[in-house]
Amino acid sequence: MPITSIVIFLPLLGALALLLVRGVSAIRWTALVTTTVTFLVSLLLWTGFDPAADPAVPQMVDVLSGWFPEWLDVKYVVGIDGLNLLLVLLTTLLGPIVVLGSWTYIGKQHRGYYALVLLLQTGVTGVFTSYDLFLFYIFFELTLIPMYFIIGIWGSENRIYAAVKFVIYTLVGSLLMLVAIIYLGYAAGNAVNGGVFTTDYFKLLAYDVPLGMQTWLFFLFALSFAIKVPLFPLHTWLPDAHVQAPTGGSVILAGVLLKMGTYGLVRFCLPFFPNAAQEYSVLFAVLAVIGIIYGALVARVQPDAKKLVAYSSVSHLGFVVLGLFAFNLEALQGALIQMINHGLSTGALFLIVGMLYERRHSRLMADFGGIARVAPVLSFFMVFSALASAGLPGLNGFVGEFLILIGSFQSSYTGGPVLVALATTGVILAAVYLLWMIYRTFFGEITHEANRTLPDLNPREVLVLAPLAVLMFVLGFFPHSFLKVSEPAAASLLDRIEEKRAAVLEAAEAAEAMAATFDGTQFEVAAPSTPAP
Amino acid sequence: MDAALLVQLILLLPLAGAVFNGILPLFLPALRTREPLIGAVATAVVAIPFVLVLILFLGYEPGQPVIVDFFPWIVAGDLEVHFAYRIDELSLVMGLIVTGVGALIHLYAVGYMHGDSGFWRFFAYLNLFIFAMLNLVLGDNMVVLFLGWEGVGVCSYLLIGFWYTNLKNSAAANKAFIVNRIGDFAFLVAMFLLFRELGGLDFTTITEGGGAIPEATLNWIVLLLFIGATGKSAQIPLFVWLPDAMAGPTPVSALIHAATMVTSGLYLLARLSPVVLAAPDIMVVIAVVAALTAIMAASIAIAQNDIKKVLAYSTVSQLGYMFMAAGVGAFFVAIFHVMTHAFFKACLFLGSGSVIHAMHHVEHEVEHKTGKHIDPQDMRTMGGLKKYMPATSRTYFIAMLAIAGIPPLAGFFSKDEILFKAFEYGYDGHAYAWFVWIVGLLTAVLTAFYMARSYYLTFEGEERWPLADQVHPHESPWTMTVPLWVLAGLSVVGGFLGLPGVIAHGEWNLIHHWLGEPYGGPVAEPVLAPHGEGFLAIEWGLILLGAGIAFAGWLFARAKYRTDGLAYDAHLRAKLGGLYRAWEGKYYWDELYDRLVVRPLMRFSERGLAAFDRYVVDGAVNGVAALTAGISRGLRYMQTGIVQNYALAIVFGALLVISLILFA
Repeated sequence: MPITSIVIFLPLLGALALLLVRGVSAIRWTALVTTTVTFLVSLLLWTGFDPAADPAVPQMVDVLSGWFPEWLDVKYVVGIDGLNLLLVLLTTLLGPIVVLGSWTYIGKQHRGYYALVLLLQTGVTGVFTSYDLFLFYIFFELTLIPMYFIIGIWGSENRIYAAVKFVIYTLVGSLLMLVAIIYLGYAAGNAVNGGVFTTDYFKLLAYDVPLGMQTWLFFLFALSFAIKVPLFPLHTWLPDAHVQAPTGGSVILAGVLLKMGTYGLVRFCLPFFPNAAQEYSVLFAVLAVIGIIYGALVARVQPDAKKLVAYSSVSHLGFVVLGLFAFNLEALQGALIQMINHGLSTGALFLIVGMLYERRHSRLMADFGGIARVAPVLSFFMVFSALASAGLPGLNGFVGEFLILIGSFQSSYTGGPVLVALATTGVILAAVYLLWMIYRTFFGEITHEANRTLPDLNPREVLVLAPLAVLMFVLGFFPHSFLKVSEPAAASLLDRIEEKRAAVLEAAEAAEAMAATFDGTQFEVAAPSTPAP
Repeated sequence: MDAALLVQLILLLPLAGAVFNGILPLFLPALRTREPLIGAVATAVVAIPFVLVLILFLGYEPGQPVIVDFFPWIVAGDLEVHFAYRIDELSLVMGLIVTGVGALIHLYAVGYMHGDSGFWRFFAYLNLFIFAMLNLVLGDNMVVLFLGWEGVGVCSYLLIGFWYTNLKNSAAANKAFIVNRIGDFAFLVAMFLLFRELGGLDFTTITEGGGAIPEATLNWIVLLLFIGATGKSAQIPLFVWLPDAMAGPTPVSALIHAATMVTSGLYLLARLSPVVLAAPDIMVVIAVVAALTAIMAASIAIAQNDIKKVLAYSTVSQLGYMFMAAGVGAFFVAIFHVMTHAFFKACLFLGSGSVIHAMHHVEHEVEHKTGKHIDPQDMRTMGGLKKYMPATSRTYFIAMLAIAGIPPLAGFFSKDEILFKAFEYGYDGHAYAWFVWIVGLLTAVLTAFYMARSYYLTFEGEERWPLADQVHPHESPWTMTVPLWVLAGLSVVGGFLGLPGVIAHGEWNLIHHWLGEPYGGPVAEPVLAPHGEGFLAIEWGLILLGAGIAFAGWLFARAKYRTDGLAYDAHLRAKLGGLYRAWEGKYYWDELYDRLVVRPLMRFSERGLAAFDRYVVDGAVNGVAALTAGISRGLRYMQTGIVQNYALAIVFGALLVISLILFA
């Protein structure tokens, strides 16, 4: 059974089914059932995944070729490996949570909203599971359109500006990446695929991109992904998009859409262009650390709770990028688990801010205050998620941050211990802005009459938040069950990077040596492209 | 029962209690008011672990640490962190203190918190605290210790801000957590360094391999760990959160902010004592900072009128004593003082809680009758409480004598041992230890003085609250007085565990024999040159000096404060002038931090970064968009739609091409 493809396309099927059903309730239930079933099916990926198998080979692969002419080696190929399994599960888990979280938030055009949410899920799942760069690109762009409409139609007062900014910003990056993909496809085709243009992940991986070319291609790819992450200073679309998007949109955006950027870095950028990635790793580490501190400080002075959480994402994703560019197993594993953790805790924070918005139609912290008294359950989930987000040991956030920092600290690629120590101040600053939000919103006397009758969470809302809270706890105390899923893949990725880096370097040196030996003899230097074993 | 099962129960019972008292009532509001059930469960899940630790303690074979490894926690690459726990001399002592004193305070809190609408929540936090604290003292590696370290910090945050409707309490909670996080930051970096140097974070690796780390790196590690400790254990420069932490309910102040959590910095240094000893330069820093903290806090305590503030600064000062011991290499003495301090300071705090409990009643009555408001924690409106609260006043008196260092109570032995160790280390040739010793002596006088002051202002002399002839406070219920008596009893006998070297050549110093490395324990100590013949006389002299100082401080305060204390305070204020005002103003640390750190950082974030983000980073993005739009707008004029214009353009274009072909 092509489980991977089912997980990808079931939501799309559900979106089509939505066109047939009538009535708001039926629409919601269809969406809920679709996403829930998708999540249950995706659990088969978890149970069927064999962590002991060769980590370089994806499992549960579905291939569909022949939809392109022979001179284009472009295929539909999807599968699961240690790098994407948890991200896929996060995506499918957030599906029903987003639908349930939007249940009453969305007040108009239900059919369109839920159809777009489902379509978006197909796009994101596709991004994470593609083993063909072209396919990846299609899914990557596919996520753009639903998100554009979700922000633009169901967003708040400034939604059009935010939606347009989101699309254009991302598009600029991805079009540059497209140029790089086409170039890479031809170059790799010539080198390792008998002259046939290829976007097959493994063939691209086998192709040692020459030193000079790596830098260009690396930056074209990295720019696109850095915008998506977003890495400082490319982050300003994010607060706008988050603040304007409806809750469900924000949850998807923070939970999985940003991870497409970091995933792209780890899946493509680093292994395709290891020499360039390592040469410029300090640049990325510095930007990541600036993002950590800058995002946190700017978060602290936001009057708008949602904007605060949005800037906290800039800070948290900085940790992930730092971990990716450390090139050691501790930090890489930390970055991988941190992607999941950020999805859970920030997703929960957005949901809670959204629940407050539904009650009072305000995101301004000044409009709340003292509501712990009237809404203890809501406050519990808020404090819990905030502590997880602040990296409290025993909850999920700590595991990733700790691994990233301890790994980066040992790494020779991340600009030295002092820079990593600076990044570590993020743990202080996270407490500063998150506790401030809780202080301002939940504690003190109730100052606004309207808050006196603020209802606490209803069972549906508890059902939305409880799974996230449980997972924050599980990932905090038992991260090993998850870390060991990605460890072989992460280790093999690092080996591959090291091998390839050495091979490219050797080829470049050999070429140089030959050029020196036969200086003046017009010796044609062969393209330094040795197919990898 | 085997050790693994015991450890499991010891750790999980308090956690289960936290879930039972916290999560269940959260979703089942009917449970929230079941005080007897909640109180009984909360106390039992701490009392039972106490018995279990006792079983482990009695069955322990000295020198044979038991390590219980449950399951891997964070494993990646070379890093291998397990949920592993270590049962040895040190962790057993700490475990006994935490669960024993903890159980007493839980029992006390059942009475103290009676009728509070957050009763369930309170005990959930308190149980969770015990769970975290047990992780801290039982963990076998730095990361599990850190789990406890941060966990107790969160519980402290939740409990300081327990009465959250008053924003002042929540602000104090935030301050405590953030200041602690600054220390935790240093702790984290120390762990990174340790892992880089040793490739592992379990205590065996660290204590055995620590000495081989290059000196500069080792100094950094120990310094960073000490900075971490200054956060949790309230030393200069990070002590500022502890006085504010008194905003929490008094049992919390007793348990967390006196007896257990604040001593975890000492536990950390004792646990890593072989590493600390290898960094003598940093030991100087530790000792000097500790001495300055001790005398600074003691002097502030003299000028405080809030009974809990006096005790808070006293705690800071006593923690200073413990760090002095650590700074001269006497880690086991630091732990000895941790223990005796847990007894008498918990007793004092619970006594103050009993007083506040009673004064609350007075406050209500007075407010009801006159509309006037009094502060139930202000000693200036107390006085004469001895008559109404015999159990509280007697236990407070005993504990006061203990902390003042009156022989043969607990504080006398432990404090005297610290001063002796400082003296001995100076005698051994470490000049800085003399400084520590002298400051320690001065602090001892001040301690006896301000503690006696607090006793006499509260319990003796005139009854100073309004309508004192009509409104009378009452003694607290048995759930509160029983813990007081138990702790007072321990404050009397606790010192005999560490009899000084003059008695039987130190053979009866049980705590030294239990913890000390020379006897197979885990706590290292420096090797000193043998003393000369006459040293015994010096030792006796020092003991007499210590006792004399304590008596002097106590009796002086007794003379001045017993009948009319307020007059003597006024006299002091007039006489000392600026110095007294500095004490009242707590040396203006808060103001200093506010001006130097908090406000500049906020200004920088708000007017610097946020503005930069908006106008520069985002401005550039919008600028590019505007530029594109502007160019397009300009280009739009070319698309006029008038065919003649296009034709003209084609002609010019053709001419241009032709001329290029012809002339180029």
